[in-house]
Amino acid sequence: MSSLKYRLFKNKLLTLSVVIFSALTAVPLVLIIGKVFLKGWRQINWDFFTKTTPTTLDALLAINNNQPIPGGIANGIVGTLMMVLVASVIAIPLGVMCGIYLSENRKTKFSTVVRFLTDLLQGTPSIILGIIAYLWVVIPLKGYSALAGSVALAIMMLPLIVRSTEETMNLLPASLKEAGLALGSPYRSVVLKVLLPSAFGGVFTGILLAVSRVIGETAPLMLTALGATTIQWDITKPASAVSLLIWEFYNDPNLQSMIWSASLFLLLLVLSLNILAKQLAKKWRI
Amino acid sequence: MENLNKTPILSLKKLCVSYTPGKFAVNNVSADIYEGLITSVMGPSGCGKSTLIRAINRMHELYPDIRISGNIELKGRDLLHINPSEVRRMAGMVFQRPNPFPTMSIYDNVLAGYKLIGIKQSRHEKDELVESSLKSVGLWDEVKDGLSKRGSFLSGGQQQRLCIARALALKPDILLMDEPTSALDPIATNLIEELLVKLKKEVTIVIVTHNMTQAARISDYSMFMYLGELVEYDRTEIMFTNPSDKRTEEYLTGKFG
Amino acid sequence: MSDKIFRSLLLVSALILLLIFAGMFFSLSKGAVPAFREFGFFGFIFSDKWISGTGQSTEQYGALAFIAGTLMTSILALLICLPFSLPVAFFVGEYFRGKKVAGILGGIVDLLAGIPSIVYGLWGFYALRPLIQSLGLSEQGFGVLTSSLVLAIMIIPYAASLSAEFIRMVPQELKEGAYSLGATRAEVIRNIIFPTSFSGIFSAYVLALGRAIGETMAVTMLIGNTSRIPRGLMDTGNTMASIIANQFGEADGLKLSSLIAIGLLLFLITAIVNFLGRLMIKRHSV
Repeated sequence: MSSLKYRLFKNKLLTLSVVIFSALTAVPLVLIIGKVFLKGWRQINWDFFTKTTPTTLDALLAINNNQPIPGGIANGIVGTLMMVLVASVIAIPLGVMCGIYLSENRKTKFSTVVRFLTDLLQGTPSIILGIIAYLWVVIPLKGYSALAGSVALAIMMLPLIVRSTEETMNLLPASLKEAGLALGSPYRSVVLKVLLPSAFGGVFTGILLAVSRVIGETAPLMLTALGATTIQWDITKPASAVSLLIWEFYNDPNLQSMIWSASLFLLLLVLSLNILAKQLAKKWRI
Repeated sequence: MENLNKTPILSLKKLCVSYTPGKFAVNNVSADIYEGLITSVMGPSGCGKSTLIRAINRMHELYPDIRISGNIELKGRDLLHINPSEVRRMAGMVFQRPNPFPTMSIYDNVLAGYKLIGIKQSRHEKDELVESSLKSVGLWDEVKDGLSKRGSFLSGGQQQRLCIARALALKPDILLMDEPTSALDPIATNLIEELLVKLKKEVTIVIVTHNMTQAARISDYSMFMYLGELVEYDRTEIMFTNPSDKRTEEYLTGKFG
Repeated sequence: MSDKIFRSLLLVSALILLLIFAGMFFSLSKGAVPAFREFGFFGFIFSDKWISGTGQSTEQYGALAFIAGTLMTSILALLICLPFSLPVAFFVGEYFRGKKVAGILGGIVDLLAGIPSIVYGLWGFYALRPLIQSLGLSEQGFGVLTSSLVLAIMIIPYAASLSAEFIRMVPQELKEGAYSLGATRAEVIRNIIFPTSFSGIFSAYVLALGRAIGETMAVTMLIGNTSRIPRGLMDTGNTMASIIANQFGEADGLKLSSLIAIGLLLFLITAIVNFLGRLMIKRHSV
């Protein structure tokens, strides 16, 4: 028979193991953020945000003269901004409306299928979406473009926006809709002026999370936006992005030190959006 | 009124339990529970009756911020200062909603008290224990051909009897029951009440109930609690026919519930 | 705008989602046809050759090397993450459930999910690789093991947060029943909580596997980019995602079609894995 002492010992051992191994998962986070921060903060200055990337020759010259590498990631920042904006313009209305539809038609077979496919879409690797945007935009337009990148990002954002809209709408009490309809308001007004504003918190955080998800993406952009060395606002032309720049710096022996500052920028951006979304979700808990 | 052999088996001395500092869910309760009898604990919602018996088997320790003071002794042992695991083998508990373990068969459910803590028994020992425990709750004939089936396939009343069998298999000194029939239909309730009257000779029973007629039907002694205090504790017959406290009388006549 | 039009708009948005998914499958299939026609459907899947010839006669493409690379890295990543994500799940879902420290750990683990893939790749390249080299495990530091280590860290949040949900869902009355019989916490976890939540936990890991399978950037940067079946943990290779990332940009003709075919396979595999995972979750809730 297992003695009480032995059982209590096993109990303590398990508790200890759980705590230790859980704490260990914090280690990579500290290591990664630490490394990016330590190696990247020195290069962040005004130029970083306003100048475009240096050519590899400029960088080589600077290194040989023991000077800091000139230039910045302005073209990447603009590109990311532009593509995320266009992606949002595509994905937000489409995603919100789809989410409303699914919430308003919960039990139909069609909704079940769409819901299921949305989940599958969410699990689709981002590189596949890059291939799709390549096939659907790059080939017809006969060239790489920011638009293609935006399309890939938009498809990535869709499932998140659809699900968070649907789930937030589901949490709204039925009495809200009934009250609106009982006043004689047409359906669209009830949805747009009563339900959606009440669901705003959840929908907005869903959008924030979707944005934070795509801002850091590289793979799909490699196949679609390709990259650009100048700041340009034409969505039918190739564009740069911060993530793409990091990839370029990684592949260029002369631009290595810029990797970290760009990564720090990206990391801070993504993590702040993440934290912001979570705090808002807590605050606006319906 | 028959003369009852009163040997105290559990004694509560100045027991206080509080969830928030300053507010007592159980306030200074002292009483002796007698062996071989059924003692019921009655009172309106929130009077502390559940808190009281859950303090006895230290269930409150599963939740933080609960403070307890006073003394609980079972057969001379200080329940508040020995290991909770030991306490719970001496004081078994049956809950308001039947909770057989869904991942175990009926057979394993009865033996759960041994299986959970790793006690090895021979096949023969196990079979005997299962049969005797199920027989003592009147379930044996109903389930003996399906012992390997999951416990969750039984009816509510059968599940609760299974839970009683599971508690009894550990041969506890005292059985604590927290409104065991409130989730069951009248027929199942009746079966269990008859069962308890039979069982009291083997194990002392303390039963919390919000149904005063149940207390009147089956208990030998009754406690009436109100706002955490033990208002009255006496032979059931006496309490119901001639209560000494006004509050007891008002509760029993339905002036508040 | 009348109500009818509004309702139709909602329906259309749901239809568009359906069409996007169907369109993806269709476009990938269409693009993959030349490759399948040339090498045969099963011939392509089971061929481990990847030779870019100088003419069409010497080109030989097949997916097997990359399927192997994908399976090896993902499954290994799952195994490595298990001893960390499971304790976190119990820490948050059982031991310190509802307490502040569980919120902190949950927040830390969530941040791990927010770090962009390329930053993981960079960290793996600059921090992990030298470590593997100095341990003498591999000359260059690339390979299956290195990628799997980083992948494991990346999937910890997904596995942990979903498993924690299922652990939290175990009814309080079952746990109380077990405690009332004298069990210690370890015994309650082993005999009641874990068996009851098992199918949910399992599905969480299936979904985490799906995530690992589709991961691109970090693996691309660490796996060594050789197009053959890895012969061991220290060997280099490629996954389905990384070969696409590496070679899509300059591919055309048969090679492009082969890469799209691999994309189709990746799409199908992640869809199936996700489908199975969600099916198991549905079954668990019944």
